[in-house]
Parts: sequence; C-alpha cells; structure tokens
Amino acid sequence: MSTPVARSVPAAIRSVLARDRWALAGTVTVVVIGLVAIFANVLTAIEGHDPYTYDATALDPNTGLPAGSFGGVSAEHWFGVEPLTGRDLFAIVVHGARTSFLIGLLATLVSIGLGVLVGAAAGYLGGWIDRVITWSADVFLGFPYLVFMIALGAVVPAEFPRALLLIVVIGFFGWPSTARIVRAQVLTLKERNFVKAARVLGASPWQVFRTELLPNLWGPVLVMATLSVPGKIGLEAALSFLGVGVLPPTPSWGRSISAAIDWVSVDPAYLFFPGLALFAVTWGFNALGDGLRDALDPRSVTRR
Amino acid sequence: MTKHVAARLGGMVLVLLIVAFCTYVVFYLVPSDPALLACGKPCTPENLALAREFMGFDEPWWQQFFTFLGGIFTGRTFGTGATAIHCSAPCFGYSFRQNTDVLELIAGRLPVTFSLAIGAAVLWVGVGVAVGVYAALRKDSWFDRAALAGSVIGVSAPVYLVGLLGILVLGFQLNVVPVGNYTPFAEDPVRWAWGLVLPWCVLAFAHGAHYVKLTRSQMLETMSEDFIRTARAKGVPERTVVGKHALRNVLLPVVTLTGIEFGSLLGGAVITERVFSLPGLGGLLIEAVHSRDLPTLLGCTLFAGFLVVVANAVVDLSYGLLDPRARLT
Repeated sequence: MSTPVARSVPAAIRSVLARDRWALAGTVTVVVIGLVAIFANVLTAIEGHDPYTYDATALDPNTGLPAGSFGGVSAEHWFGVEPLTGRDLFAIVVHGARTSFLIGLLATLVSIGLGVLVGAAAGYLGGWIDRVITWSADVFLGFPYLVFMIALGAVVPAEFPRALLLIVVIGFFGWPSTARIVRAQVLTLKERNFVKAARVLGASPWQVFRTELLPNLWGPVLVMATLSVPGKIGLEAALSFLGVGVLPPTPSWGRSISAAIDWVSVDPAYLFFPGLALFAVTWGFNALGDGLRDALDPRSVTRR
Repeated sequence: MTKHVAARLGGMVLVLLIVAFCTYVVFYLVPSDPALLACGKPCTPENLALAREFMGFDEPWWQQFFTFLGGIFTGRTFGTGATAIHCSAPCFGYSFRQNTDVLELIAGRLPVTFSLAIGAAVLWVGVGVAVGVYAALRKDSWFDRAALAGSVIGVSAPVYLVGLLGILVLGFQLNVVPVGNYTPFAEDPVRWAWGLVLPWCVLAFAHGAHYVKLTRSQMLETMSEDFIRTARAKGVPERTVVGKHALRNVLLPVVTLTGIEFGSLLGGAVITERVFSLPGLGGLLIEAVHSRDLPTLLGCTLFAGFLVVVANAVVDLSYGLLDPRARLT
C-alpha cells in the first residue's frame, strides 16, 4: 500500500464520478438498488403484492408453473411469480434487496470498524500488542471461515435472530485483512511529524488515533469498505443459497436462486430476476470501489 | 533452515489446534444434543444416558476435547463388549449418523472435489495469467478492453449464477455438454473429464477473472520499472524481457492468490457441487448440516483448516523457488 495521498476524500469521490464512467454507472446502480431497499414497502404497495402471500390463481394448475409467458410477467406481477407457491417475485426481489443491504452493510461496518481499531492499535502501540494482533490475524486468515459458517448455521437454534448472527459472524471474520492494511498505513503515519508532535505534547493514544490518524485513514478505509461490501453481500447470498443463511419466509436473493435450480429448465425467469439483482449490486460496488482506489491510490492501475 | 521449517511446522499445528478447539467449543456448547438425535423414539432418559455414555458425551466438554485429540494418535473405542465400535488411529471422530469413520467419509468424497479443483485451477491460472499478460502488453487495445470487461463480470457474478446459466444454456438449450454426471477417473478418464468440463469452465471463469485483473495490473506496474528499461537498453530480446524478467515478478502475487484460493477450496466446493450435483466433500458437509451430524461437521471443518494451512505452507516454499530474495540461507 502506498503512502496516503494528500487529497480530501470528498474531492476524490467527485473527481472519480466526473471522470470515470464505470464508477459513475456503478454508483447509480448501487444508489438505485439502495433506494429500492429503503422504499421496499412503498414499491410493493404500488404493485399491490407482498412477498409472503401464496396465490394459486397465478399458477398453471397442472404443472405448478407460473401462468403466462416468461415466469408470468404481467402488469399484475411485474417480475412474474414463484413456481409452486405463486408468491409475487417482484416483492420477493425488492424485499430481498433489503435483506442483502442490511446484512452486507452492517457486516462491513463491523469488520471495518474492528479492523481499523485493531490495526491502528497494532501499528501505533507496537511491541507485544502488535505481535499478538499480527499473529491472531494470521491464524484468522488460516481459519476455514466459510465451512465454519456453514456448520454454525446448522447448529445455532432457529430462535436466534438469523440476520444478527450473519452480521456478527460475517463481520467478525472480515477484520484481519482490514487490520493488516491499516497497520501498515499507521506504521508510516506514526513517523510523520504531526503525529510525533501530538505525542510529544502529551496526547493519549486514543486522542492521537481520533484526531491525527483517523482523518488520514478515511481514504483507504473507504476503498476497503466499498470493495468489501459486495463480498459480504455475496457471502450472505451464498449461505442462504446453501440453506444456512436467512431463514424462510424472509426473502433472500440467494435462497431464491437456490430454489430456482430445480426450475431452471422450465422457468428461467425465476432465476433471472434475483440473479440479475445480485449481479447488479455486486458489480456496482466493485466498479465504484475500483474507481475510488484508482483515485486515492496513485500506484493502482486497475483500469487506466 | 531446519529451525525455520520446525517453527513453520509448529505454527501449522498450533493453528490447527486453535481451529479444532474453536470448532469444538462452538459446536458442543450450542444446545443441540447429538445423543438426543441418535437415541431414537421413544427416547427414555435411560436410553439417552446410555447413548451419551456410548458416544462419550457424558464427560465435560474440555475433557471431550482432549479425548478427541487423543483419538487422533491412539484411536478410540466407543462402548464396550459386542456392540463396541472401534475407530482406529488416526481417528478424527465417528459419525453415528452414517455409522462410519469420519476420515473414511472424507477420503471417499475427496477424489470428486479434488478432480473439480485441480482441473479448474489449471484452467483458471493458465488462462487468467495468459490473458492478463497479453492485455497488459496490448494496453487499451480491443483485447485489453474485452478482457477487462469480462473480468469485471467474472468478479461480480457469483459462481453459482454463472454455473446455472452454463447449465441452462450449454447443457439444456444447446445440449453440448453433459450436466451432473460424475465418473471416477479410474473407471473412464475420458468420461471423467467430459463430465467435468462445464464445472471446470464455470469455476475457471469466476476465479480466472481475479487473475486477469491481478496479472494485468502487476504486469503494467512491472513493465514500467527501471530494470525492464535496463534489460531493453542492453538489447535483451522482448520475448526474454517479458517471459523471464517481467513474468517472474508477476508470478509472486499469482502464487499467493492461488494458495489462498486452494486453501478455501472446500468452502467453494460446497457451492459448486450443489449447483452441479457432484457427490464431493461439499455435498458431505451439506448432508452433515441437514442431519446435524456433529462429528462429520467437526471433521470437515478441521480438514478445511488443514487445507488452508498446507496451502499457505506451499506458497511460502514456492516463494523461495521463484524469488531469490526470499530464499532462506
């Protein structure tokens, strides 16, 4: 990682959006789907369906497939309906966005927050604290977290709120990579005169962290956060895909995609809409994150 | 050197112990009693106590952990007399659900997962690096743009989504590749490979995308460095500049990434195997999840940890081969 660039984060974001068409498109995608997640209730009220009500009248009674072409897409059901249950697919996808964003963003907050605190402590305090943290990060990176999460999803009782479990577990396993980068940044920042001056003037480590280090960490932290959201959203979807994530009937793109496997040859629309939504969000965050990294880290050459 | 290797091995064992310990604590402290599941219906308290004693769940959890560790070296015997079950060393647990040694279960499924991973990895590293290098050398050409666009899609699309699309288009619509039949290599190598073509390509597309991005940016960075200019200036042919001087620098991060991805192989296999209905380790894990088969879950988690640790060690060793600066004296 390079040394921090002398450029404010808002200015970098503005210049990225002005110059980089891909990053702009990614941002628009993320914002649109974010708004959809926030206003999920309003949108489904306009369409007139909720994601939970079964409706056999929307199905072909002989096959259990949606009545009508391409999964039953119509003015009544914008994205068609789910096979076998007749639940409205638009409502499921829209509320699924809420699940994805909630878990993805909060888990990122947990992992980045932990990573920044722990990484800064390791870099600034040094000594045995640094050794313990660096070593634990190594152990964590060697932990088979996906297998562990799958197994955990199986043994944790159903009464425990699933969204909370996923946020905590996904967030907790994400700290080591952030901590490593933050530690490296802090090691260079520590030698700069303004940090030394603060220390000489008697500032406590916490004060130094808040007023001297943190403002200089926003850039890399923002890039890391943006690039780690799609991974977290993907992880939630993957766990739900495997049946150990969000429990039914809470809508989740991953679970819909998993259910669509059995119907893929006769009702591809069932796969299309949740799949497209998941792809769009992941792509949007990646495009934005790549653009930010290019702007904030002059050494990186992802697209130029 | 010997000292370094010894420290390295010690570290590996320590990481595995920590993984085992964490897994053990979490799985055996959450309220789901394996003995209750195995005791049958109606489950009288006497039967339950018998089942607990038989499985060794009557001991306190920390003692169970040490019994488990001991079993790895000496083997374990569950129960006594005619009904006793013996699990010979190294015993990584016994699945009372499937009445088999966990290690045997894993060994039985490993070839499938391994076939999947090896073939796909060869494809994704080979193609990914080749495309990345070529794109970097022809920067801003149509090939470069196409490679970048493709890699962005590959990075953003989840493996299972690409897999399902592949099954739908190539398998069902065009009927060019078979879907969901696995033939063991020993039985018929041609059918083995043919049956795995689609999963390999799908995995290679999803993973190769990272390699394209990584190789391209690394190559661009390396090609602008002084030693490349020096090599060109002294008249080294461009082929050698790229193939020998630049590629060697590019390969280091590629090796790291390959190691990390191979380490997380089991986790990824769970998803791929579900999509392509392959009877591998991922399937074993999911079956264990659904039947609450704790010993198998524990065995799979430990095995996954073992893979990560070994992959990391191999990466460290190959650094020495690739980069003289990292070579230990």
